[in-house]
Amino acid sequence: MADVSVPAVHRLGPVTAAQHCLTLAWRNLVQLRSNPGELAAFVIQPLIFIVLFVYVFGGAIAGTSSSYLEYVLPGLIAQSGVFSIMATGAGLNQDITNGVFDRLRSLPIARSAPLVGRAIGDLVRFAASLVILLGFGMLLGFRVHTNPAEVAAGLLLVLAFGVGLAWVSMLIGLLASSATTVQLFSGVLMFPITFGSNVMVRTDTMPGWLQAWANVNPVSYLSTAVRGLTTGTPLGSSVLWSLGWSVALTAVFAPLAIAAYRRKV
Amino acid sequence: MDAVTYAIEAEGLVKRFGGTTALAGVDLAARSGTVLGLLGPNGAGKTTAVRVLATLIRPDAGVARVAGFDVARQPHQVRRLVGLTGQYAALDEELTGVQNLLLVGRLLGLSRPAARARAAELLERFGLTEAGGRRAKTYSGGMRRRLDLAVSLVGRPRLLYLDEPTTGLDPHSRNEVWSIVRGLVADGSTVLLTTQYMDEADQLADDIVVVDRGTVIATGTPDDLKTKTGGQTLEIRPTEPARLDRVAGIVEDVAGVRPVADGGRLSAPVTDPAVPAAVLRRLDDASITVTELALRLPSLDDVFLSLTGHRAEQDEAVAGRA
Repeated sequence: MADVSVPAVHRLGPVTAAQHCLTLAWRNLVQLRSNPGELAAFVIQPLIFIVLFVYVFGGAIAGTSSSYLEYVLPGLIAQSGVFSIMATGAGLNQDITNGVFDRLRSLPIARSAPLVGRAIGDLVRFAASLVILLGFGMLLGFRVHTNPAEVAAGLLLVLAFGVGLAWVSMLIGLLASSATTVQLFSGVLMFPITFGSNVMVRTDTMPGWLQAWANVNPVSYLSTAVRGLTTGTPLGSSVLWSLGWSVALTAVFAPLAIAAYRRKV
Repeated sequence: MDAVTYAIEAEGLVKRFGGTTALAGVDLAARSGTVLGLLGPNGAGKTTAVRVLATLIRPDAGVARVAGFDVARQPHQVRRLVGLTGQYAALDEELTGVQNLLLVGRLLGLSRPAARARAAELLERFGLTEAGGRRAKTYSGGMRRRLDLAVSLVGRPRLLYLDEPTTGLDPHSRNEVWSIVRGLVADGSTVLLTTQYMDEADQLADDIVVVDRGTVIATGTPDDLKTKTGGQTLEIRPTEPARLDRVAGIVEDVAGVRPVADGGRLSAPVTDPAVPAAVLRRLDDASITVTELALRLPSLDDVFLSLTGHRAEQDEAVAGRA
């Protein structure tokens, strides 16, 4: 047998690794573009949400639909973070089940690229959906009472929270045995944190136990922060809490997700 | 000195999953530029061996080198050289054929135009040019398999691992895959092929490793294996079916075994090379004419049966139910 003396560990340069991540993020976005059904769902779903909440419930909740729009749109922007980011784990899980993950692992690419690439792709999608939500809301009459920098800060806050949740979603996707399990589990997790919040209604009419939950729910902080940064309502400590939650989620779940990922690669 | 160079060499590979031992000390070697067939029933450990050699899983014990690189210590170098086509087409169903090829081309460091050119070239070669713009989801089983093969060839790998490449394909698609494999070997690639079909190994493999329950039970060329199983089979078909009994008597006389009748044909195992000529003389003396008289090597199916005591495909049915 030939004795080949090459370094035992081969490291890729950071530029190459970044290219691998971006190529996989591209794949994630092309999937959306080349799939009319998914693209339609991606664009239309948030619009359906707005129309449903503003015109169906709006009058009953806030007197007029336009005053409810002003209340609920920032909430929906915050909430969409939870919904759309949950797809990250499902996509990862699907890749593992159908063999795409193995194909990627058999290629000489950065080990982290399949994970990071998916996360980047999903965050880009997510950012686009936030812009769609805000744009459609403005078409319906939503008015920003602050300045563009504050609006941008609000959207970035939602993105940061999305990053925190993406780790949770990835962990679920890596541990679950099938995509169905991912969806079930994500659903169970999603509803209490989206509906049990101040996203759609003020918490003061809720029973005490629910109010207690809604007031500490990170999505409530996030929605208060976005509301304040777009419509000028009082922010309180909501921005700090939202940031804190984003950092905490990442700090706890990123190591867990990476550990679970390392066991797979 | 041994002048043969081995593209793949594995010694004593062991892999356990919980309480099951998938590989219990497997040795194998593939000569450069040839096809090594890994033959065995479902659950024999073929896929596990391929996954170890493709750096997807680490062996619990043993060493494997691919083109001289240790799969456990130098996985990155191994990945540069190997193309892998798994048992199930590992395609992104939402992407088109072109996009699947572009994705891998870009990941392998090709520039955008180079990746495009390579994709077009491979689609052409695999007869998928027209389907290239459609999503992989819409492809038939045979088309998927061809696209999957094309994807694994984007980086012009020196070694190609094909894990049961024709399982579930119709005979036409199967023949297509076979001719692709022959073409690759003609171009100098080394192919590791797993299969549970005897005729596939017989058709494609230069060397065969037969595995059963995680251990190698035989190694050699297809002909070696057939000879090892001992003897050949004499097949005779008399022109007049009515004389079958008389012919059977002659064969039994000469060969010492009662032949088995199958339709209008008799077959008997023979070990003495003088038997066919002797049988022919006796038939001539008795004025019996035959439409068929052949001496054939046992099929790999016979080989597998005699090595393991069970047929490969029967076992598959059992494993399929488990």
